Amino acid sequence: MRREYKIIEKYEVVPNVHKFVIRDPRIAKKVKAGQFVLVMANEKGERIPLTLSDWDPKEGTITLYVLELGVSTMELVSLSKGDSLYSLAGPLGHPAKVEKFGNVLLGGGCFGIGGIYPLAKAMKEAGNSVTVIIEARSNYLLYNREKLEGVANEFFTTTSDGSEGMRGHVQDKLQELVKDGRKFDHAYFMGCTFMLMQCARATMPHKIPTGVALNAIMLDGTGMCGCCRVTVGGHTKFVCVDGPEIDGHLVDWDELFIRKHIYREEEAVSYQSHACRSLTGYEREAKGGGEA
Amino acid sequence: MMPNLSGRVKMPEQPPEIRARNFQEVPFGLTEELALREASRCLNCKNPLCRTGCPVAVKIPEFIQLIKQERYAAAARKIKETNALPAVCGRVCPQEVQCESKCVLGIKGEPVAIGYLERFCADYEREMGLTEIPEPAPPTGKKVAVIGSGPSGLTVAGDLIKLGHEVHIFEALHKPGGVLTYGIPEFRLPKKIVQAEVDNLIKQGVRLELDSVIGMVRTVDELIEEDGFDAVYIGVGAGLPTFMNIPGENLNNIYSANEYLTRANLMKAYMFPEYATPVERGKHVVVIGGGNVAMDSVRTALRLGAETSTIVYRRAREQLPARAEEVHHAEQEGVLFNLLTNPVRFIGDENGCVKGMECIKMELGEPDSSGRRKPVPISGSEFIIECDMVIVSIGTGANPVIFSSLEGVERNRWGYIIVNEETNETTKRNVYAGGDIVTGSATVIQAMGAGRIAAKAIHEKLQAMDRKK
Ligand SMILES: Cc1cc2nc3c(=O)[nH]c(=O)nc-3n(C[C@H](O)[C@H](O)[C@H](O)COP(=O)(O)OP(=O)(O)OC[C@H]3O[C@@H](n4cnc5c(N)ncnc54)[C@H](O)[C@@H]3O)c2cc1C
Ligand code: FES
Repeated sequence: MRREYKIIEKYEVVPNVHKFVIRDPRIAKKVKAGQFVLVMANEKGERIPLTLSDWDPKEGTITLYVLELGVSTMELVSLSKGDSLYSLAGPLGHPAKVEKFGNVLLGGGCFGIGGIYPLAKAMKEAGNSVTVIIEARSNYLLYNREKLEGVANEFFTTTSDGSEGMRGHVQDKLQELVKDGRKFDHAYFMGCTFMLMQCARATMPHKIPTGVALNAIMLDGTGMCGCCRVTVGGHTKFVCVDGPEIDGHLVDWDELFIRKHIYREEEAVSYQSHACRSLTGYEREAKGGGEA
Repeated sequence: MMPNLSGRVKMPEQPPEIRARNFQEVPFGLTEELALREASRCLNCKNPLCRTGCPVAVKIPEFIQLIKQERYAAAARKIKETNALPAVCGRVCPQEVQCESKCVLGIKGEPVAIGYLERFCADYEREMGLTEIPEPAPPTGKKVAVIGSGPSGLTVAGDLIKLGHEVHIFEALHKPGGVLTYGIPEFRLPKKIVQAEVDNLIKQGVRLELDSVIGMVRTVDELIEEDGFDAVYIGVGAGLPTFMNIPGENLNNIYSANEYLTRANLMKAYMFPEYATPVERGKHVVVIGGGNVAMDSVRTALRLGAETSTIVYRRAREQLPARAEEVHHAEQEGVLFNLLTNPVRFIGDENGCVKGMECIKMELGEPDSSGRRKPVPISGSEFIIECDMVIVSIGTGANPVIFSSLEGVERNRWGYIIVNEETNETTKRNVYAGGDIVTGSATVIQAMGAGRIAAKAIHEKLQAMDRKK
């Protein structure tokens, strides 16, 4: 008696990032910006957390973006339109804080380019002036532009190779805007952990309250196992139930990086032949290797 | 038949050195011959004390008499009159402090092996395909939502479906069974047994809705007001891991027992990479705690290849809360016990992985509120246990997810739900609760007992609703 979670639409939006539209009327009706789901491609798969990146309560569908990273995301990506996921649980986590802040800055990288959209929309609807910055290694990896432009008051792109927009990253554009005298009352970032850390560090000196959508390793997603725990301001928090939005200025980033890498060896066993294009870039950078 | 005064049968089981490296069930179960021999020891007391030791008052002498008559399936059905999951309870109940502790044979010698016999007839019934699916009662038109598919929720569902109510179970995870599935390992409770029990409920018409985190995808109020449920039973367990709150606890390779066991059991990490979820395989594993959960963790670690697997527990051996059989099995398998020892901090290596645990020796002082002598630290006795993995198994608390959207259900200061003990109704009308979310971590049989009380009260309430119309 498994439920059916039918894939209505699926394609690779840019290399390595796959868009899924899935039928789940229950989630589509309930979800709020900033929440996520846990997905299993098949009975033997892992439970993978994915951001709810759009939804249509009338159609009863939700949109997810999957960055192909390891065996489990590969299995997910190998499903086709018409297939059903094995398991889909959500919406999970607290909705992101959305209120009338004034000027809101939103930044997205990798899957976060897709995932930031509901937040941009919700922030706009709450009466904020919304600035969106997205980043990628190169212009052919940017996506979701029209949707983001459609809701943002201001929209910028950055690329590591300078092929579009500013050469650099979200935090570089942010610095530039602040230098130009722009004031932001609230910031929220979604993307790889390294990007989140860089962005949180960039808003800190300007005292811009900053939420980051942390991607911890998760299992149940309901606070039952504690594998998603992070230290925030000296206290242990569970990302799945206390987050995923966490105060970016209080996160113990070093610990988080270490915890994220626990299963690197196992991943290698199960995904030997694959070299992740986007992650390797970030890791090189994290180790101080400069441009990816 | 003359009473058989010879000794209690020995359970045939896998030899320790072999089983400590596989995930197959440890005890094989009694053969028919052994079961008959053991059953013949029962004196069929006129005033059976064993029943008073059972939280659900299983008709123990009656079912054992049926075994003597070689009517094994009938014996299983006799147990099921008060206990819906005998194949489970025969394996996981702490019989030595319940029924068997009251057996009169235990005064001079060894008590009847009631748990073994319970398992024997339940397995017989299932394996021979003799399980009877009760005829459904005429539909009452009433709908009940059961939240959580642990032993408590399954019991409520089983009792109410028989009475003709429509029953939906909502389970957060992708598999049913609660702790029976995600916590207790295969070598102690094969998952096919849990699955068979759930399948029986489904055959009777219970609707199982997996992947359904109540509080998130639906709230209790929505279940009642929008989805037309007449009553709700909350059996969500006590799944919030407690940590030690000592330095270094977020180092890598320090797990909560919940995480470790969920990876190993629910996600089948012991079959990695066939199953995609990994679990770290420590060489020198330390488990903090002395309950069943700790024993399951420490024995799982052995099976995942640990060279040493050690229990660190702050009290003395007699105070270990685990089932006696589990402690015994763990010892046979080579688990080390560091008793009267308490961790004070974790030590990490340059990669952020745990490499040791500093502990302090304890001694027993005055009795505390639980009546147990309280362990107190011996100053200056600190020492370091080297290890590459730690599993923290010091208990659980009330999981908050369901409460984020639940008004009107009062809870005590530990966060557990307050109920009327006669009915297990909460302070919110038509909302009932039982199992670990009411008592805190307890036992399978207590969770089932609570479910039984609630099911009875729910049924009466639903009938009364009809009369009012
Ligand atoms: C490793 C381990 C070993 C144990 N060994 C023994 C033993 O040998 N003998 C013994 O008697 N007892 C043992 N216990 C204790 C026993 O398992 C529990 O007391 C019993 O399972 C409690 O049953 P329950 O139905 O209350 O909850 P659980 O079994 O915890 O089931 C609760 C279910 O509810 C689900 N849930 C939680 N929140 C929600 C939500 N918001 N929406 C939907 N579903 C939700 C959970 O996913 C879970 O499936 C052990 C416990 C553990 C963890
Ligand atoms: S994923 Fe298990 S507690 Fe967060």
